[in-house]
Amino acid sequence: MNDINTNNIIEVKNLVKEFKGLRAVDDITFSVKENEIFGFLGPNGAGKTTTINIICTLLSKTSGEVTLCGHNVTRERNKIRNCIGMVFQDPSLDDKLTALENLYFHGLLYNIPRRTLKERSEEVLKIVNLTSRKNNLVMTYSGGMKRRLEIARGLLHYPKILFLDEPTLGLDPQTRNKIWDYIIKLKKNKNITIFLTSHYMEETEICDRIAIIDEGKIIALDTPDNLKNTIGGDIITILSEENVKLKKYIKEITGSDVQDAKDGKIRFEIKDSSIFIPKFIKNSPVKILSISARKPTLNDVFLDLTGREIREENASARDNIRSRMMGRMRH
Amino acid sequence: MKKELIGVYTIWLRDIKRYFRDKPRIVGSLAQPILFLFVLGTGIASSLSTFGGGSGKDFLSFMFPGIVGMTVLFTSFFSAMSIVWDREFGFLREVLVTPISRTSIVVGKLLGGSTIAMIQGSIILLLSPLLKIPITFAIFFKVLVIIFLVAITISAMGIVLASVIKSMQAFQVITNFLLMPMFFLSGALFPLNDTVKWMKVVSRINPLSYGIDAMRTIILNNPDLQLYPLWLDIVVLVSVTVVMSILGAVLFSRQD
Repeated sequence: MNDINTNNIIEVKNLVKEFKGLRAVDDITFSVKENEIFGFLGPNGAGKTTTINIICTLLSKTSGEVTLCGHNVTRERNKIRNCIGMVFQDPSLDDKLTALENLYFHGLLYNIPRRTLKERSEEVLKIVNLTSRKNNLVMTYSGGMKRRLEIARGLLHYPKILFLDEPTLGLDPQTRNKIWDYIIKLKKNKNITIFLTSHYMEETEICDRIAIIDEGKIIALDTPDNLKNTIGGDIITILSEENVKLKKYIKEITGSDVQDAKDGKIRFEIKDSSIFIPKFIKNSPVKILSISARKPTLNDVFLDLTGREIREENASARDNIRSRMMGRMRH
Repeated sequence: MKKELIGVYTIWLRDIKRYFRDKPRIVGSLAQPILFLFVLGTGIASSLSTFGGGSGKDFLSFMFPGIVGMTVLFTSFFSAMSIVWDREFGFLREVLVTPISRTSIVVGKLLGGSTIAMIQGSIILLLSPLLKIPITFAIFFKVLVIIFLVAITISAMGIVLASVIKSMQAFQVITNFLLMPMFFLSGALFPLNDTVKWMKVVSRINPLSYGIDAMRTIILNNPDLQLYPLWLDIVVLVSVTVVMSILGAVLFSRQD
Protein backbone atom coordinates (compact mmCIF):
# COMPACT_ATOMS: atom_id res chain seq x y z
CA MET A 1 0.00 0.00 0.00
CA ASN A 2 1.15 3.51 0.70
CA ASP A 3 3.75 2.37 3.19
CA ILE A 4 6.98 3.28 1.51
CA ASN A 5 8.33 4.06 4.92
CA THR A 6 8.03 0.91 6.97
CA ASN A 7 9.48 2.30 10.17
CA ASN A 8 7.66 1.07 13.22
CA ILE A 9 6.58 4.01 15.34
CA ILE A 10 5.06 1.87 18.09
CA GLU A 11 6.49 -1.45 19.16
CA VAL A 12 4.84 -3.62 21.77
CA LYS A 13 6.44 -6.88 22.82
CA ASN A 14 4.90 -9.45 25.17
CA LEU A 15 2.93 -6.82 27.04
CA VAL A 16 1.15 -8.05 30.18
CA LYS A 17 -1.00 -6.09 32.62
CA GLU A 18 -2.51 -7.67 35.69
CA PHE A 19 -4.99 -6.09 38.07
CA LYS A 20 -5.21 -8.03 41.33
CA GLY A 21 -4.96 -11.43 39.69
CA LEU A 22 -6.96 -10.49 36.60
CA ARG A 23 -5.04 -10.50 33.33
CA ALA A 24 -6.44 -7.50 31.48
CA VAL A 25 -3.73 -7.63 28.82
CA ASP A 26 -2.35 -11.07 28.19
CA ASP A 27 1.00 -11.20 26.43
CA ILE A 28 0.31 -9.12 23.33
CA THR A 29 2.86 -8.26 20.64
CA PHE A 30 2.29 -5.89 17.72
CA SER A 31 3.76 -2.90 15.97
CA VAL A 32 2.34 0.18 14.30
CA LYS A 33 3.93 1.67 11.19
CA GLU A 34 4.54 5.33 10.69
CA ASN A 35 1.63 7.24 9.10
CA GLU A 36 -0.86 4.41 9.16
CA ILE A 37 -4.26 4.24 10.81
CA PHE A 38 -4.09 1.33 13.18
CA GLY A 39 -7.24 0.02 14.80
CA PHE A 40 -7.80 -1.92 17.97
CA LEU A 41 -11.05 -3.73 17.66
CA GLY A 42 -12.83 -5.73 20.33
CA PRO A 43 -15.71 -5.84 22.79
CA ASN A 44 -15.86 -3.74 25.95
CA GLY A 45 -13.48 -5.07 28.56
CA ALA A 46 -11.22 -6.76 25.99
CA GLY A 47 -8.22 -4.74 27.13
CA LYS A 48 -8.19 -1.97 24.52
CA THR A 49 -8.22 1.01 26.88
CA THR A 50 -5.78 -0.68 29.26
CA THR A 51 -3.32 -1.18 26.41
CA ILE A 52 -3.73 2.40 25.22
CA ASN A 53 -3.23 3.73 28.74
CA ILE A 54 0.00 1.79 29.07
CA ILE A 55 1.28 2.99 25.70
CA CYS A 56 0.53 6.63 26.52
CA THR A 57 2.22 6.44 29.95
CA LEU A 58 -0.90 6.65 32.14
CA LEU A 59 -0.63 3.14 33.48
CA SER A 60 2.36 1.02 34.42
CA LYS A 61 2.76 -2.41 32.86
CA THR A 62 3.25 -5.70 34.65
CA SER A 63 5.81 -6.95 32.11
CA GLY A 64 6.86 -6.61 28.48
CA GLU A 65 8.46 -3.96 26.30
CA VAL A 66 6.81 -0.86 24.85
CA THR A 67 8.60 1.68 22.65
CA LEU A 68 7.14 4.79 20.99
CA CYS A 69 9.11 6.87 18.51
CA GLY A 70 12.13 5.01 19.82
CA HIS A 71 11.49 5.98 23.45
CA ASN A 72 10.98 3.50 26.25
CA VAL A 73 7.61 3.81 27.92
CA THR A 74 8.89 3.26 31.45
CA ARG A 75 12.09 5.29 31.35
CA GLU A 76 11.31 8.14 28.95
CA ARG A 77 7.76 9.13 29.79
CA ASN A 78 8.13 12.83 29.12
CA LYS A 79 9.67 12.28 25.70
CA ILE A 80 6.74 10.06 24.82
CA ARG A 81 4.20 12.54 26.20
CA ASN A 82 5.67 15.17 23.92
CA CYS A 83 5.06 13.17 20.80
CA ILE A 84 1.55 11.87 21.41
CA GLY A 85 -1.91 13.41 21.29
CA MET A 86 -4.77 11.82 23.14
CA VAL A 87 -8.53 11.72 22.80
CA PHE A 88 -9.99 9.82 25.73
CA GLN A 89 -13.08 7.69 25.90
CA ASP A 90 -14.53 10.00 28.56
CA PRO A 91 -14.72 13.72 27.89
CA SER A 92 -11.71 15.45 29.40
CA LEU A 93 -12.47 19.07 28.57
CA ASP A 94 -13.03 21.74 31.15
CA ASP A 95 -16.60 22.68 30.42
CA LYS A 96 -16.48 25.89 32.42
CA LEU A 97 -13.90 27.21 29.97
CA THR A 98 -14.36 28.20 26.34
CA ALA A 99 -12.97 26.16 23.45
CA LEU A 100 -10.15 28.63 22.95
CA GLU A 101 -9.27 28.59 26.65
CA ASN A 102 -9.17 24.81 26.66
CA LEU A 103 -6.75 24.94 23.76
CA TYR A 104 -4.76 27.72 25.39
CA PHE A 105 -4.22 25.73 28.59
CA HIS A 106 -3.28 22.68 26.59
CA GLY A 107 -0.76 24.68 24.58
CA LEU A 108 0.80 26.14 27.73
CA LEU A 109 1.32 22.65 29.12
CA TYR A 110 3.18 21.70 25.94
CA ASN A 111 5.24 24.86 26.12
CA ILE A 112 4.04 26.23 22.78
CA PRO A 113 5.01 29.92 22.43
CA ARG A 114 1.99 32.21 22.71
CA ARG A 115 2.03 33.59 19.19
CA THR A 116 2.35 30.15 17.61
CA LEU A 117 -0.32 28.91 19.98
CA LYS A 118 -2.82 31.44 18.70
CA GLU A 119 -2.22 30.54 15.06
CA ARG A 120 -2.35 26.85 15.73
CA SER A 121 -5.54 27.10 17.77
CA GLU A 122 -7.25 28.72 14.81
CA GLU A 123 -5.81 26.09 12.51
CA VAL A 124 -7.01 23.07 14.50
CA LEU A 125 -10.41 24.62 15.16
CA LYS A 126 -10.79 25.02 11.43
CA ILE A 127 -9.98 21.36 10.83
CA VAL A 128 -12.90 20.30 13.04
CA ASN A 129 -15.22 23.16 11.96
CA LEU A 130 -15.55 24.83 15.33
CA THR A 131 -14.19 28.27 14.50
CA SER A 132 -17.55 29.99 14.87
CA ARG A 133 -18.06 28.58 18.37
CA LYS A 134 -14.55 29.12 19.69
CA ASN A 135 -15.57 31.65 22.35
CA ASN A 136 -18.46 29.62 23.75
CA LEU A 137 -18.21 27.72 27.00
CA VAL A 138 -17.73 24.01 26.38
CA MET A 139 -20.76 23.28 28.56
CA THR A 140 -22.95 24.60 25.75
CA TYR A 141 -21.48 22.11 23.25
CA SER A 142 -23.16 18.93 22.02
CA GLY A 143 -21.47 15.57 22.46
CA GLY A 144 -20.19 15.58 18.90
CA MET A 145 -18.78 19.09 19.19
CA LYS A 146 -16.98 18.18 22.39
CA ARG A 147 -15.41 15.20 20.70
CA ARG A 148 -14.33 17.34 17.76
CA LEU A 149 -12.79 19.88 20.12
CA GLU A 150 -10.90 17.08 21.82
CA ILE A 151 -9.56 15.94 18.48
CA ALA A 152 -8.50 19.53 17.76
CA ARG A 153 -6.81 19.71 21.13
CA GLY A 154 -5.06 16.41 20.54
CA LEU A 155 -3.56 17.89 17.36
CA LEU A 156 -2.52 21.24 18.80
CA HIS A 157 1.04 20.31 19.71
CA TYR A 158 1.60 18.53 16.36
CA PRO A 159 1.96 15.05 17.80
CA LYS A 160 3.50 12.24 15.79
CA ILE A 161 0.84 9.83 17.00
CA LEU A 162 -2.79 10.60 17.77
CA PHE A 163 -4.62 8.16 20.04
CA LEU A 164 -8.37 7.98 19.78
CA ASP A 165 -10.02 5.78 22.38
CA GLU A 166 -13.55 4.97 21.20
CA PRO A 167 -13.87 8.35 19.46
CA THR A 168 -17.50 7.78 18.48
CA LEU A 169 -18.81 6.25 21.69
CA GLY A 170 -22.15 7.69 22.71
CA LEU A 171 -22.62 9.76 19.55
CA ASP A 172 -25.50 9.51 17.10
CA PRO A 173 -24.83 7.78 13.74
CA GLN A 174 -24.67 11.01 11.74
CA THR A 175 -22.15 12.59 14.09
CA ARG A 176 -20.20 9.36 14.11
CA ASN A 177 -19.83 9.49 10.35
CA LYS A 178 -18.66 13.08 10.57
CA ILE A 179 -15.99 12.20 13.12
CA TRP A 180 -14.66 9.50 10.81
CA ASP A 181 -14.62 11.98 7.94
CA TYR A 182 -12.40 14.26 10.03
CA ILE A 183 -10.11 11.38 10.85
CA ILE A 184 -9.75 10.38 7.20
CA LYS A 185 -9.12 14.01 6.27
CA LEU A 186 -6.44 14.21 8.92
CA LYS A 187 -4.61 11.25 7.58
CA LYS A 188 -4.66 12.75 4.10
CA ASN A 189 -3.46 16.21 5.12
CA LYS A 190 -1.06 15.58 7.98
CA ASN A 191 1.86 13.33 8.52
CA ILE A 192 0.40 11.60 11.48
CA THR A 193 -0.01 8.08 12.78
CA ILE A 194 -3.45 7.34 14.17
CA PHE A 195 -4.08 4.65 16.74
CA LEU A 196 -7.74 4.11 17.47
CA THR A 197 -9.94 1.70 19.35
CA SER A 198 -13.56 0.90 18.71
CA HIS A 199 -16.10 -1.75 19.32
CA TYR A 200 -18.17 -0.67 16.35
CA MET A 201 -16.92 -3.16 13.79
CA GLU A 202 -18.05 -1.35 10.65
CA GLU A 203 -16.35 1.87 11.62
CA THR A 204 -12.86 0.48 11.81
CA GLU A 205 -12.86 -0.34 8.10
CA ILE A 206 -11.08 2.97 7.47
CA CYS A 207 -8.02 1.54 9.22
CA ASP A 208 -4.99 0.42 7.25
CA ARG A 209 -4.54 -2.46 9.66
CA ILE A 210 -6.66 -3.85 12.46
CA ALA A 211 -5.82 -5.92 15.49
CA ILE A 212 -8.80 -7.85 16.82
CA ILE A 213 -8.50 -8.18 20.55
CA ASP A 214 -10.54 -10.37 22.86
CA GLU A 215 -10.03 -11.23 26.52
CA GLY A 216 -6.69 -9.49 26.58
CA LYS A 217 -5.24 -11.31 23.56
CA ILE A 218 -4.76 -10.30 19.95
CA ILE A 219 -6.58 -12.97 17.95
CA ALA A 220 -6.01 -11.53 14.47
CA LEU A 221 -4.01 -8.72 12.90
CA ASP A 222 -4.24 -7.74 9.24
CA THR A 223 -5.77 -5.29 6.76
CA PRO A 224 -9.59 -5.15 6.83
CA ASP A 225 -9.75 -6.78 3.40
CA ASN A 226 -7.47 -9.63 4.30
CA LEU A 227 -9.39 -10.21 7.50
CA LYS A 228 -12.64 -10.39 5.58
CA ASN A 229 -11.06 -12.73 3.04
CA THR A 230 -10.43 -15.25 5.80
CA ILE A 231 -14.15 -15.84 5.58
CA GLY A 232 -14.97 -18.20 2.76
CA GLY A 233 -17.03 -15.84 0.60
CA ASP A 234 -20.52 -14.47 1.20
CA ILE A 235 -22.61 -14.89 4.33
CA ILE A 236 -25.98 -16.53 3.81
CA THR A 237 -28.70 -16.35 6.44
CA ILE A 238 -31.80 -18.53 6.14
CA LEU A 239 -35.07 -18.85 7.99
CA SER A 240 -36.69 -22.20 7.34
CA GLU A 241 -39.43 -24.48 8.65
CA GLU A 242 -37.03 -27.19 9.75
CA ASN A 243 -33.58 -26.01 10.68
CA VAL A 244 -32.10 -29.36 11.74
CA LYS A 245 -32.90 -31.07 8.49
CA LEU A 246 -31.78 -28.09 6.45
CA LYS A 247 -28.49 -27.83 8.30
CA LYS A 248 -27.70 -31.43 7.47
CA TYR A 249 -28.57 -30.85 3.83
CA ILE A 250 -26.40 -27.74 3.53
CA LYS A 251 -23.51 -29.55 5.12
CA GLU A 252 -23.91 -32.28 2.53
CA ILE A 253 -23.98 -30.07 -0.55
CA THR A 254 -21.46 -27.38 0.48
CA GLY A 255 -19.26 -29.00 3.06
CA SER A 256 -19.23 -25.78 5.13
CA ASP A 257 -20.17 -25.41 8.80
CA VAL A 258 -23.65 -24.16 9.53
CA GLN A 259 -24.17 -22.06 12.64
CA ASP A 260 -27.24 -20.88 14.49
CA ALA A 261 -27.84 -17.17 14.18
CA LYS A 262 -30.26 -14.72 15.78
CA ASP A 263 -34.07 -15.09 15.58
CA GLY A 264 -34.04 -18.81 14.83
CA LYS A 265 -32.10 -18.36 11.62
CA ILE A 266 -29.09 -20.32 10.47
CA ARG A 267 -26.03 -18.93 8.73
CA PHE A 268 -23.15 -20.28 6.66
CA GLU A 269 -20.55 -19.10 4.20
CA ILE A 270 -20.42 -19.77 0.50
CA LYS A 271 -18.08 -18.72 -2.31
CA ASP A 272 -20.48 -17.36 -4.93
CA SER A 273 -23.93 -16.68 -3.56
CA SER A 274 -25.55 -15.39 -6.77
CA ILE A 275 -25.14 -18.77 -8.46
CA PHE A 276 -25.74 -20.82 -5.33
CA ILE A 277 -29.04 -19.31 -4.15
CA PRO A 278 -31.38 -20.06 -7.11
CA LYS A 279 -30.13 -23.65 -7.30
CA PHE A 280 -30.42 -24.04 -3.56
CA ILE A 281 -34.01 -22.81 -3.33
CA LYS A 282 -35.08 -25.12 -6.15
CA ASN A 283 -33.57 -28.22 -4.57
CA SER A 284 -34.06 -27.57 -0.86
CA PRO A 285 -35.88 -30.42 0.95
CA VAL A 286 -37.30 -27.91 3.45
CA LYS A 287 -39.48 -24.89 2.80
CA ILE A 288 -37.41 -21.69 2.90
CA LEU A 289 -39.18 -18.73 4.52
CA SER A 290 -36.49 -16.17 3.90
CA ILE A 291 -32.98 -16.05 2.58
CA SER A 292 -30.38 -13.28 2.42
CA ALA A 293 -26.83 -13.03 1.23
CA ARG A 294 -24.26 -10.34 1.96
CA LYS A 295 -20.57 -9.61 1.84
CA PRO A 296 -18.73 -10.44 5.06
CA THR A 297 -18.08 -7.64 7.57
CA LEU A 298 -15.54 -7.40 10.35
CA ASN A 299 -18.31 -8.43 12.69
CA ASP A 300 -18.42 -11.77 10.87
CA VAL A 301 -14.67 -12.07 11.26
CA PHE A 302 -15.01 -11.58 15.00
CA LEU A 303 -17.88 -14.06 15.13
CA ASP A 304 -15.83 -16.52 13.16
CA LEU A 305 -12.82 -16.19 15.46
CA THR A 306 -14.59 -16.20 18.82
CA GLY A 307 -18.00 -17.75 18.23
CA ARG A 308 -19.55 -14.62 19.76
CA GLU A 309 -20.84 -11.37 18.39
CA ILE A 310 -19.53 -8.08 19.65
CA ARG A 311 -22.36 -6.54 21.55
CA GLU A 312 -22.90 -3.84 24.10
CA GLU A 313 -22.15 -5.37 27.43
CA ASN A 314 -23.99 -4.46 30.59
CA ALA A 315 -22.83 -1.25 32.17
CA SER A 316 -19.92 -1.97 34.45
CA ALA A 317 -19.61 -0.68 37.98
CA ARG A 318 -17.26 1.99 36.68
CA ASP A 319 -19.79 3.16 34.14
CA ASN A 320 -22.36 3.42 36.89
CA ILE A 321 -20.08 5.52 39.03
CA ARG A 322 -19.31 7.60 36.00
CA SER A 323 -22.92 8.39 35.19
CA ARG A 324 -23.65 9.17 38.81
CA MET A 325 -20.72 11.52 39.02
CA MET A 326 -21.65 13.23 35.81
CA GLY A 327 -25.08 13.82 37.29
CA ARG A 328 -23.53 15.27 40.39
CA MET A 329 -21.23 17.56 38.49
CA ARG A 330 -24.07 19.07 36.54
CA HIS A 331 -25.52 20.74 39.63
CA MET B 1 12.42 24.08 35.00
CA LYS B 2 10.68 26.89 33.13
CA LYS B 3 8.38 24.33 31.60
CA GLU B 4 7.39 23.06 35.05
CA LEU B 5 6.71 26.60 36.30
CA ILE B 6 4.42 27.17 33.33
CA GLY B 7 2.71 23.89 34.26
CA VAL B 8 2.16 25.08 37.84
CA TYR B 9 0.85 28.38 36.54
CA THR B 10 -1.53 26.67 34.10
CA ILE B 11 -3.07 24.43 36.77
CA TRP B 12 -3.36 27.42 39.13
CA LEU B 13 -4.87 29.71 36.50
CA ARG B 14 -7.45 27.15 35.54
CA ASP B 15 -8.67 26.86 39.14
CA ILE B 16 -8.87 30.62 39.50
CA LYS B 17 -10.73 31.08 36.21
CA ARG B 18 -13.21 28.42 37.16
CA TYR B 19 -13.70 29.99 40.56
CA PHE B 20 -14.57 33.43 39.25
CA ARG B 21 -16.81 31.98 36.58
CA ASP B 22 -18.85 29.98 39.06
CA LYS B 23 -20.88 32.70 40.75
CA PRO B 24 -23.33 30.35 42.50
CA ARG B 25 -20.37 28.58 44.09
CA ILE B 26 -18.94 31.85 45.42
CA VAL B 27 -22.26 32.89 46.92
CA GLY B 28 -22.94 29.38 48.23
CA SER B 29 -19.60 29.00 49.93
CA LEU B 30 -19.94 32.37 51.65
CA ALA B 31 -23.49 31.66 52.82
CA GLN B 32 -22.36 28.96 55.23
CA PRO B 33 -19.86 30.99 57.27
CA ILE B 34 -22.19 33.97 57.36
CA LEU B 35 -24.98 31.75 58.64
CA PHE B 36 -22.69 30.29 61.29
CA LEU B 37 -21.46 33.66 62.38
CA PHE B 38 -24.65 35.70 62.48
CA VAL B 39 -27.30 33.07 63.24
CA LEU B 40 -25.57 30.33 65.21
CA GLY B 41 -23.08 32.76 66.76
CA THR B 42 -25.68 35.28 67.85
CA GLY B 43 -27.87 32.48 69.18
CA ILE B 44 -25.11 30.95 71.25
CA ALA B 45 -24.00 34.36 72.46
CA SER B 46 -27.45 35.17 73.81
CA SER B 47 -27.80 31.71 75.37
CA LEU B 48 -24.49 32.27 77.13
CA SER B 49 -25.92 35.29 78.88
CA THR B 50 -28.90 33.16 79.95
CA PHE B 51 -26.91 30.21 81.30
CA GLY B 52 -23.56 31.59 82.16
CA GLY B 53 -24.48 34.88 83.68
CA GLY B 54 -21.95 36.74 81.55
CA SER B 55 -22.88 39.09 78.78
CA GLY B 56 -21.97 36.67 75.95
CA LYS B 57 -20.98 39.72 73.97
CA ASP B 58 -17.38 38.58 73.59
CA PHE B 59 -18.42 35.24 72.17
CA LEU B 60 -18.96 36.58 68.68
CA SER B 61 -15.47 38.03 68.56
CA PHE B 62 -14.15 34.73 69.91
CA MET B 63 -15.95 32.82 67.18
CA PHE B 64 -14.94 35.16 64.36
CA PRO B 65 -11.41 33.78 63.75
CA GLY B 66 -12.91 30.29 64.00
CA ILE B 67 -15.33 31.05 61.18
CA VAL B 68 -12.50 32.39 59.03
CA GLY B 69 -10.74 29.08 59.74
CA MET B 70 -13.87 27.13 58.83
CA THR B 71 -14.13 28.92 55.49
CA VAL B 72 -10.52 28.12 54.71
CA LEU B 73 -10.92 24.51 55.82
CA PHE B 74 -13.88 23.73 53.59
CA THR B 75 -12.75 25.78 50.60
CA SER B 76 -9.28 24.32 50.37
CA PHE B 77 -10.34 20.79 51.18
CA PHE B 78 -13.02 20.60 48.51
CA SER B 79 -10.79 22.28 45.98
CA ALA B 80 -8.12 19.63 46.53
CA MET B 81 -10.59 16.76 46.57
CA SER B 82 -11.87 17.79 43.15
CA ILE B 83 -8.77 15.97 41.93
CA VAL B 84 -10.63 12.71 42.52
CA TRP B 85 -13.15 13.16 39.73
CA ASP B 86 -11.12 15.57 37.68
CA ARG B 87 -8.51 12.85 37.23
CA GLU B 88 -10.98 10.16 36.19
CA PHE B 89 -13.46 12.11 34.12
CA GLY B 90 -12.17 15.59 33.67
CA PHE B 91 -9.56 17.97 32.47
CA LEU B 92 -6.89 16.57 34.76
CA ARG B 93 -6.89 13.28 32.90
CA GLU B 94 -5.71 15.21 29.90
CA VAL B 95 -3.07 17.02 31.92
CA LEU B 96 -1.68 13.67 33.01
CA VAL B 97 -0.55 12.83 29.45
CA THR B 98 1.16 16.19 28.95
CA PRO B 99 4.89 16.47 29.63
CA ILE B 100 4.33 18.15 33.01
CA SER B 101 5.52 16.35 36.12
CA ARG B 102 3.01 15.13 38.67
CA THR B 103 4.71 17.30 41.26
CA SER B 104 3.97 20.44 39.26
CA ILE B 105 0.33 19.41 39.03
CA VAL B 106 0.20 19.00 42.81
CA VAL B 107 1.93 22.34 43.42
CA GLY B 108 -0.42 24.10 41.00
CA LYS B 109 -3.41 22.54 42.69
CA LEU B 110 -2.13 23.49 46.17
CA LEU B 111 -1.60 27.09 45.10
CA GLY B 112 -4.95 27.23 43.31
CA GLY B 113 -6.83 25.89 46.33
CA SER B 114 -5.08 28.23 48.73
CA THR B 115 -5.54 31.29 46.53
CA ILE B 116 -9.28 30.65 46.47
CA ALA B 117 -9.26 30.01 50.23
CA MET B 118 -7.41 33.31 50.75
CA ILE B 119 -10.01 35.16 48.70
CA GLN B 120 -12.88 33.57 50.60
CA GLY B 121 -11.15 34.11 53.95
CA SER B 122 -10.53 37.77 53.10
CA ILE B 123 -14.20 38.31 52.36
CA ILE B 124 -15.09 36.96 55.80
CA LEU B 125 -12.36 39.11 57.37
CA LEU B 126 -13.92 42.15 55.76
CA LEU B 127 -17.09 41.49 57.74
CA SER B 128 -15.23 42.33 60.95
CA PRO B 129 -16.62 45.89 61.26
CA LEU B 130 -20.10 44.38 61.58
CA LEU B 131 -18.90 42.63 64.74
CA LYS B 132 -17.02 45.71 65.90
CA ILE B 133 -13.67 43.90 65.70
CA PRO B 134 -10.96 46.36 64.74
CA ILE B 135 -8.78 44.96 61.95
CA THR B 136 -5.86 47.02 60.71
CA PHE B 137 -3.99 46.43 57.46
CA ALA B 138 -1.16 44.82 59.41
CA ILE B 139 -3.52 42.38 61.09
CA PHE B 140 -5.21 41.65 57.79
CA PHE B 141 -1.98 40.69 56.07
CA LYS B 142 -0.69 38.67 59.02
CA VAL B 143 -3.94 36.71 59.04
CA LEU B 144 -3.62 36.24 55.29
CA VAL B 145 -0.25 34.55 55.83
CA ILE B 146 -1.80 32.17 58.35
CA ILE B 147 -4.70 31.50 55.99
CA PHE B 148 -2.19 30.64 53.30
CA LEU B 149 -0.41 28.15 55.57
CA VAL B 150 -3.64 26.55 56.74
CA ALA B 151 -4.96 26.37 53.18
CA ILE B 152 -1.83 24.67 51.87
CA THR B 153 -1.89 22.17 54.74
CA ILE B 154 -5.53 21.30 54.22
CA SER B 155 -5.19 21.17 50.41
CA ALA B 156 -2.20 18.87 50.73
CA MET B 157 -4.18 16.68 53.11
CA GLY B 158 -6.97 16.59 50.54
CA ILE B 159 -4.54 15.52 47.82
CA VAL B 160 -3.07 12.80 50.05
CA LEU B 161 -6.58 11.46 50.65
CA ALA B 162 -7.56 11.86 47.00
CA SER B 163 -4.51 9.84 45.94
CA VAL B 164 -5.49 7.03 48.26
CA ILE B 165 -9.26 6.76 48.00
CA LYS B 166 -10.33 7.46 44.39
CA SER B 167 -14.08 6.98 44.81
CA MET B 168 -16.96 9.34 45.40
CA GLN B 169 -18.57 7.23 48.12
CA ALA B 170 -15.49 7.37 50.31
CA PHE B 171 -15.53 11.12 49.81
CA GLN B 172 -18.80 11.45 51.77
CA VAL B 173 -17.41 9.28 54.55
CA ILE B 174 -14.34 11.47 54.82
CA THR B 175 -16.40 14.63 54.99
CA ASN B 176 -18.40 13.26 57.91
CA PHE B 177 -15.70 11.43 59.81
CA LEU B 178 -12.71 13.68 59.25
CA LEU B 179 -13.67 17.15 58.14
CA MET B 180 -16.50 17.80 60.62
CA PRO B 181 -14.56 16.44 63.63
CA MET B 182 -11.56 18.53 62.54
CA PHE B 183 -13.78 21.58 62.52
CA PHE B 184 -15.48 20.87 65.86
CA LEU B 185 -12.22 20.00 67.61
CA SER B 186 -10.28 22.98 66.33
CA GLY B 187 -11.37 25.53 68.89
CA ALA B 188 -13.36 27.35 66.22
CA LEU B 189 -16.66 27.28 68.09
CA PHE B 190 -15.65 26.89 71.74
CA PRO B 191 -12.46 27.43 73.73
CA LEU B 192 -10.28 24.37 74.18
CA ASN B 193 -8.58 25.66 77.36
CA ASP B 194 -11.15 24.37 79.80
CA THR B 195 -12.77 21.52 77.95
CA VAL B 196 -12.58 17.77 78.77
CA LYS B 197 -9.28 15.97 78.58
CA TRP B 198 -9.83 13.84 75.44
CA MET B 199 -10.89 16.85 73.43
CA LYS B 200 -7.72 18.66 74.38
CA VAL B 201 -5.64 15.66 73.34
CA VAL B 202 -7.39 15.30 69.99
CA SER B 203 -7.20 19.01 69.29
CA ARG B 204 -3.47 18.86 69.75
CA ILE B 205 -3.04 16.58 66.71
CA ASN B 206 -5.43 18.69 64.68
CA PRO B 207 -3.45 21.11 62.49
CA LEU B 208 -6.48 23.35 62.18
CA SER B 209 -6.41 24.19 65.93
CA TYR B 210 -2.97 25.74 65.48
CA GLY B 211 -4.19 27.77 62.52
CA ILE B 212 -7.24 29.05 64.31
CA ASP B 213 -5.22 29.72 67.46
CA ALA B 214 -2.78 31.79 65.41
CA MET B 215 -5.55 33.76 63.73
CA ARG B 216 -7.25 34.37 67.07
CA THR B 217 -4.01 35.56 68.62
CA ILE B 218 -3.41 37.98 65.75
CA ILE B 219 -6.98 39.28 65.50
CA LEU B 220 -8.00 39.48 69.19
CA ASN B 221 -4.62 39.69 70.90
CA ASN B 222 -6.16 38.32 74.11
CA PRO B 223 -3.76 36.05 76.10
CA ASP B 224 -6.70 34.42 77.92
CA LEU B 225 -7.97 32.92 74.70
CA GLN B 226 -4.56 31.86 73.42
CA LEU B 227 -3.65 28.14 73.45
CA TYR B 228 -0.06 28.17 72.25
CA PRO B 229 2.51 30.86 71.60
CA LEU B 230 2.27 32.29 68.08
CA TRP B 231 5.71 30.99 67.09
CA LEU B 232 4.67 27.45 68.02
CA ASP B 233 1.52 27.73 65.91
CA ILE B 234 3.60 28.81 62.93
CA VAL B 235 6.25 26.13 63.43
CA VAL B 236 3.58 23.41 63.61
CA LEU B 237 1.74 24.78 60.56
CA VAL B 238 4.88 25.06 58.46
CA SER B 239 6.04 21.55 59.39
CA VAL B 240 2.68 19.94 58.68
CA THR B 241 2.49 21.88 55.40
CA VAL B 242 5.88 20.62 54.28
CA VAL B 243 5.21 17.01 55.28
CA MET B 244 1.73 16.91 53.79
CA SER B 245 2.84 18.56 50.53
CA ILE B 246 5.69 16.11 50.03
CA LEU B 247 3.44 13.18 50.90
CA GLY B 248 0.79 14.50 48.52
CA ALA B 249 3.28 14.88 45.67
CA VAL B 250 4.72 11.40 46.25
CA LEU B 251 1.36 9.65 46.50
CA PHE B 252 -0.09 11.50 43.54
CA SER B 253 2.90 10.62 41.35
CA ARG B 254 2.52 6.92 42.09
CA GLN B 255 1.33 4.97 39.06
CA ASP B 256 -1.31 2.25 39.10
